Parts: sequence; C-alpha cells; structure tokens
Amino acid sequence: MGRLEGRIINIMGDFITSFLSGPVPIEAYLAVSTIMFFAGVYGFLSRKNMLMVLVSVELMLNAADLNFVVFNRYLYPGQLEGFFFTLFAIGIAAAETAIAIAIIINIYRHVKSIYIDENITKMKN
Amino acid sequence: MDAFNYSILILVLPVVMFLILGLGGKYMKPVIAGTLGSLSLAVMAVLAYTTAYQYFFEVGKGADGVYQAINVFHFQWLRFTDTLHIDLGMYLDPISVMMLVVITTVSLMVHVYSLGYMKGEKGFQRYYAFLSLFSFAMLGLVVATNIFQMYIFWELVGVSSFLLISFYYVKPSAVAASKKAFIVTRFADFFFLVGILLLSYFTGTFDFATLTASNADICVSSTAGMSFLGMSVLSWAMLLIFMGGAGKSAMMPFHIWLPDAMEGPTPASALIHAATMVVAGVFLVARLFPIYHFGAPEILTVIAWVGAITALFAAVVACTQTDIKRVLAFSTISQIAFMLTSLGVSKFGDHEGLGYMAGMFHLFTHAFFKALLFLCAGAIIHAVHSNEMGDMGGLAKKLPITCITFGIAWLAIAGIYPFSGFFSKDEILAAAMEHNFPIYIILSVAAGLTAFYMTRLFLRIFFYEKKHYHHEPHEAGPSMAIPLIILAVFAFGAGFVPFSKFVTSDGVPYDAHINMQVAVTSVLISLVGIGIGFRLYFKKNDIPDKIASSISTFYKWAHNKFYFDELWLYVTRNIIFKRISATIAWFDKKFVDGFMDSLAYVTQAASSTIKNFQSGYIQQYALAYLLGALILVVGFGGWLIAFICK
Amino acid sequence: MAEQIIFYIIATIIVFSTIMAVTTQKIIRSATFLLFVLLGTAGLYLLLDYHFLMAVQIAVYAGGVMVLFIFAILLTHEPGVDVKFEKPGRIFIAAVAALAGLGICGHIIFYNVNKFYTYVTQSEFQMQDIGMAMMGTDKYQYLLPFEAISVLLLACIIGGIMIARKR
Repeated sequence: MGRLEGRIINIMGDFITSFLSGPVPIEAYLAVSTIMFFAGVYGFLSRKNMLMVLVSVELMLNAADLNFVVFNRYLYPGQLEGFFFTLFAIGIAAAETAIAIAIIINIYRHVKSIYIDENITKMKN
Repeated sequence: MDAFNYSILILVLPVVMFLILGLGGKYMKPVIAGTLGSLSLAVMAVLAYTTAYQYFFEVGKGADGVYQAINVFHFQWLRFTDTLHIDLGMYLDPISVMMLVVITTVSLMVHVYSLGYMKGEKGFQRYYAFLSLFSFAMLGLVVATNIFQMYIFWELVGVSSFLLISFYYVKPSAVAASKKAFIVTRFADFFFLVGILLLSYFTGTFDFATLTASNADICVSSTAGMSFLGMSVLSWAMLLIFMGGAGKSAMMPFHIWLPDAMEGPTPASALIHAATMVVAGVFLVARLFPIYHFGAPEILTVIAWVGAITALFAAVVACTQTDIKRVLAFSTISQIAFMLTSLGVSKFGDHEGLGYMAGMFHLFTHAFFKALLFLCAGAIIHAVHSNEMGDMGGLAKKLPITCITFGIAWLAIAGIYPFSGFFSKDEILAAAMEHNFPIYIILSVAAGLTAFYMTRLFLRIFFYEKKHYHHEPHEAGPSMAIPLIILAVFAFGAGFVPFSKFVTSDGVPYDAHINMQVAVTSVLISLVGIGIGFRLYFKKNDIPDKIASSISTFYKWAHNKFYFDELWLYVTRNIIFKRISATIAWFDKKFVDGFMDSLAYVTQAASSTIKNFQSGYIQQYALAYLLGALILVVGFGGWLIAFICK
Repeated sequence: MAEQIIFYIIATIIVFSTIMAVTTQKIIRSATFLLFVLLGTAGLYLLLDYHFLMAVQIAVYAGGVMVLFIFAILLTHEPGVDVKFEKPGRIFIAAVAALAGLGICGHIIFYNVNKFYTYVTQSEFQMQDIGMAMMGTDKYQYLLPFEAISVLLLACIIGGIMIARKR
C-alpha cells in the first residue's frame, strides 16, 4: 500500500466514523416503515390470490406497528403508550389473520379457487 | 245600455243548449233533443227581432238621426299590460243587428227542418248540439266588440263547421272534406292573425269603436309614413285581414273547400255554407270598412277585382256541374263574390256608399233564398235518395210544394222583379257601374250565367224528362215543408224592406232609388239567360251535348273546376311536403331527436361508467381510498403542517 | 456506531424481503420472504430496547401467523405452481399509486420530522413495570384493553372453528 491509498482509506474511515456516529436518525426508521407500508399497498392492490392479499395486509400492519414503536422511543422515551398499542395490535392482527384464513379455506372448499376474479360473484353459494 | 240587457240571452241560450245536448244527449230521446234545440232557437229569434225593432225604430238613432253603435256590455277578459287587453262584449250597430235577425231566422228554419230530415239518423242529438254551438259562435262573431273577440269566434265557427261537415264520420270522403275545410280556412286565418297583430301593434287597440271612429283617424295617424316593400303598413294589415276573410268566404284561390264541404248533412250546409258562415268574410270587410276606405283604398280595389273574377269563374264552373249540391256551392261562391265586389267598389257617405249598402242588402236577401234553395235540395235528395241530376227529372207533379218554393228562390236569385234578389242585385250593379265600369261588365256576365245555370238546375230536376223511380218520391212531411214555405215568403218579401233607411256606410239613413237603366238591363240579361236555359233544358234534347263537344277543352276544364284542387294538391305535396316539410322533418329527426337521444345516451354512458365504481372488488375500493387519501394529504397537508409547526 | 451498522444491515434485509414478497410469482416464496420481514422487524424492536415486544413479535407473528399462512397455502393449492399473472394495467396502476404515496409520505417525513425529537439513551424496561402497567386500572394502565382483547380472541377462536369446520 502506498501513501495515496493509505490516505484514501483514512478519509473513508473518517467519513464512515463521522457518518456513523451518534444514534440512528429517526428518518431512517421511518423510511424503512414507509417502504414496508407502500410495498404492502402495492401488493394489496395488484395481487389476485387472496393469500397474497393477506400477506400484504400483514406487511401494512407491521409497518404501522414499527412506526408506533419508533415514535414512542424517540419522542416519548419514558412512556409506554406506543409500546402497548403495538402489543395489542400484534395480538389483534394475529386473530384477524386466523379468521381470514378460515374464510379463505371455506371459499376454497366451495369454489375450488382462491383467485379474486374467478367465480366468486355471489354471496350465497 | 240597459234597454238591451235582455239581448245577452241571445248568446247565452245557444251555448247552454250546446252543453245540455252535448253532455246529456245520450240520455235523451232524439225527439226531445230536437225540440229543445228548436225551442231555444225560437226564443232567440224572438229576442233578436225585439232587439232589431228596438234598435232600428226606437232607441238606436242618436240625436242627429245617425245610427249609433251601442255597447250592450263590455268587460276585460285577459289583461296582459295596461294597453294590451282582450275584452269580450256585445256591440250593436246596424249591420250586427241585421245579422242577428238573419242568423236566428235561418238557424230556426234549419232546426225545424232537421227534425224531419235527420229523423232516424245516428247521432241526432250530437247534430243538434253542434247546430247550437255553431249558432252561438256565429252570433258571437257578429256582435264582437273588438277584433280579437271576432277572431276567437271566427275560429270557433271554423271548428263547428269542421264538426258538422264530418258529421258522417264513417265516410272517408266526409272526413277528408272536413279536414280540407279546416286546414284551408286555418291557413287563411294565419294571415288574418298577422293582420290583426300588425294593426293593433300600431294603433294600440283592438276595439272596433276606437278603430273606426272619426274616419279611422287612429289607424291612419299611427301608421303614417311607414311602409314595407312599397306598400304602407296599414295597407299590408288590411290586405292580410282580407285574406283571412277570403279564406272563410271561399274566394279564389281559397275556394276549394266549399264544394267538398257539401259532404255534410244538407240542412247544415244550408245554415253554414250558404247563409251564415261564408258571409263572415263579407261581414269582416263591412265592419272594418272605414279603415279600408280612409286608410287603404287600393286594397278595396283588390277586393273588388278578386270578387269579380271569382264571381265569373264560379258561375262558369257551376254551369257544368251535375251534383245539385255542388251547383249550389258554386252559386254561393259566386254570390258572395258579388257582395265582396260591391263592398270593394263602394265609397263612403250617402249615395257614394251605395256599394256598402247594396252588399249588405244582398247578404240579407241571399241568406234567405240560398237557404231555401239548399233546403229544397235536401227535400229532393230525401225523396230521390241521390244527389246527381242524372237521377232526377219530371218531379214537378210529384213534389209540388218543393217545386213552387224552389221556383220562388230561382226567380229571386235570377234577379227578376219583384222577387228580393232583383233589388239587391240591381243595387250592386248600379254601384259597380258608377265606380268601375269593367267590373260592371264582368258582374253582368256573371249575373246572366247565374240565371242560366239556376234555370238549368231547376228544369233538370223538375221537368226535362219523365224518369222511372224505384220508389215513388213523395213530398216531405210538415216539419220540412213549413220552413220551406216560410223561407219562400222571406225570399219574396225581403226585397221590399227599405234597407237604405237602416244600414248604410256611415250610419246616416237615406233614400235609395232604383236606377232604371241598370235595372232594365239586368232584367233583360237575366231573361236571356233563362230563355237559353229553357231552350236547352225544358225537354230532353241533345243541344247541350253538342255545345259541350264543340268547346270540349274549355268544357273539360270547367267541369273539373279549372283544376284548382289539383293545383293546390300539387303545391302542398310536391313543394311543401317534399321540400319544406321533409327538410324540417329531417332537421327534427337529426337534431332535435338527436339532441334528446344524446342526452339519454350521455346519461346512460355516464351511469355505466359510474356503475363500475361499485364493482365489489375490494382492491378497487382500496385504490380509490388510497388515491383519495393522497389527494387530501397533498391538498390540505401543507396547510396542516404549517398549522402544526406554527 | 455498531448500532448504526447493524441497523443498516437489518434495514436492507427488510426492504429487500418486502419487495420480493409482493412481487414474486410463487406463493411459498412470498410466505418465506414475509417471515424474513417479520424477523427483521423483531430485530429492529431489539435495537430500540424493547425486548418484550421483540419476543412477542417472534412468538406470535413469526411463529404463529406464519405457520398459519403456510398451512393455508398448502391446503389451498399445490405449492410450486405459479401464481397466475395479473393484467399489466392493474400492476401499473397499483405501482403508480404506491409510488405516489411513497413519494408524498417521504416528502412529509424528511421535511418535517427532525424538528421534533431528542434522543435519550435508556435502559431496558423492567418486566415488572410492564406487567404492572398491563394489569393496572389507573390512568395509563391497560387492564381494560387486555380484557377486551381476550374476549376478541375468544370470539375469533369460536368464529374460526365455526367457519372452517367440515360439514
């Protein structure tokens, strides 16, 4: 290694340490949760398989939970509202997913298909 | 005026009778309906005579001996603005009182006659209801106080005529004839309406008394100096009004409806198409005469020439017709043309107004003898069961009363002294000779032809040849004979009424003398016509056929009424229907219907687009929700964040 | 500093997995990517000093819900068969909407959030505190939601059995 390469590595190291010092900025967490949420939106709007739609719903719920936790941690460090909200949200999401899957299995038994645009146009069958 | 308050009954009775007979006729026996109708008309006739007596002999004359116009009553009916209002009322002046007498008399005779003639017909009560309606309309027309009321009743008369012509509505020819009558008169009435509107726009009033007062001053002054296409506005208005009158009175070229109107029952023809409705045009010109004379004298010349040509033309055609009612129809056209010509050549004031007086006098006498002619024709048709001259002949011995009364009417219309037609026709010819010599020549020729064709008619029916009939024709019963006799008396004696003492152009009575030169000439011409008729038709011979074949083209044209019907049909079918109506219909279908259809189409398209929003697809709902939320955030978010961040 | 590096690694995994989860054709792969997302989220909770929440996330979501999903997928069709392809129009509209939303939310976040917070290091929460808060009835204590959610879970269990039982 020559002196030039050594200097570059030094600068990169300084840059990395300066960049990476300090706490994780809140925007980073929020960016992650936003991307997760809108990926869920995309999946919800464009998928034909009911289970895929359910997956997308789970993604959206998770993103929201992450948002709550992050705000709780950064804006209200001593309090627990966001934490509990997220706790209960996880529980409810699990219950709701169970019911949804039960319904989907029921539909599959009757119509033999779980695609949204096939055969499922009447309520009573 | 209080003295004449009872005369309102003359108008109220017939309309009440129309309602009773029209609504309740089904439940009445026909005899009851007929008697009720005739009784109400008898009452009306008595009232009319009382009014006439009171007006002419007692109350009517003003202080200076001039016959005043009296408003019996007058009220505002529709009010649009302060100056524009339509009134209704009763207006008595010499000509309207005279018309009251004529109409009620002839109508009464027709009512009584119809008891016998229409016996056993289906719709008897309906017939009497229509007769009452017609009487009401015609009486309302003659006593109208303002020109708009006259127009209302004018149209009502047209409707009654339509109803009566199509009385036998199962016959397609009757239906076609009634439509033709109504459409032709309605078409002419369009011009009438435009004329009324023009006149009233400039003068600001509809009222007759105002319009004709002081030498039609208001008309002349309000339209002074305004002209359109070379003729003054007042002349245009009066010309248009005359065109309306020409339609109703069957002047050329609007005469085509009158011969076909003979499809109606004969007594109805007698009432409407001989004595009363067709003279409405003459009455209109007479009513507005001061305006014509002082404001638009050139239109009077037009009227005179139209009348003269129509008189000659109708007389020529009548010589060739074989249906007796058609002959009488053309005769009516010709005689009304006489009346209008006489009005056309008339001037204003004492002796100068001779044409006016003569025209009205002829109207008076013509009503009686023409109604008599029609009723006799009805009796003959009733006896022989056919309209054609070819099926008749030698009826003089079999139908004596009819023969004698027909003879009286024949002599009256031919203008032989001392029958009534002589006096009135003589006055007309005198007026024509004084003011417009060419017209006098034309009228004299027409008078001669009148005598000839009436002689032809009379002889062909009653003499000519002995015919063999399937069932013996017998004289009509008393209900038909009595009106004939009464009308014959009127036809004989009406000439002796000193008419110029009652009806003149300016209301001032004067003494009229017979102009001997004109009188002798006219009687001679009539005798020549009668003589030719006797030579040709007293006994059956072949001279008429030889004459007909020698002028065969002209004869064919005259026999086909100079193809006026075909001409009108051509104009309406090829020009109006094909060009104008077709274009308008195309426009209507494409644009108006298209517009409506496009409205419906747009609504439907919009609804089927919007329908897709409720698809039931949850993903679509979620998409809409998301987009809405984003839009709201973008729209309000900036404001919201600024608000939060302060 | 280590925190940040770990955060970026976990974040990368999460982002990659979510995008793959919604775009892949095979449904089992989608379920697997979802599992990774859930585990990554648990990791993030750990980074934020919420240990209990991380445990709940893994136990309930990653353990319970994902197993349920796998069962459902296997019950309703053969795995390995491709998911049917959707109409391109639909994908396009959905993508546009999602990207629009992403853009708007991102804009809001990055322009506004840094005015609000301060970062405070804290020790982890004691379980006793969490337990007391859960079972307490004072203000800021969560007994009522706890009971409510237990009723909800009961309803869901009964409902699920009713719907999905064999006739």
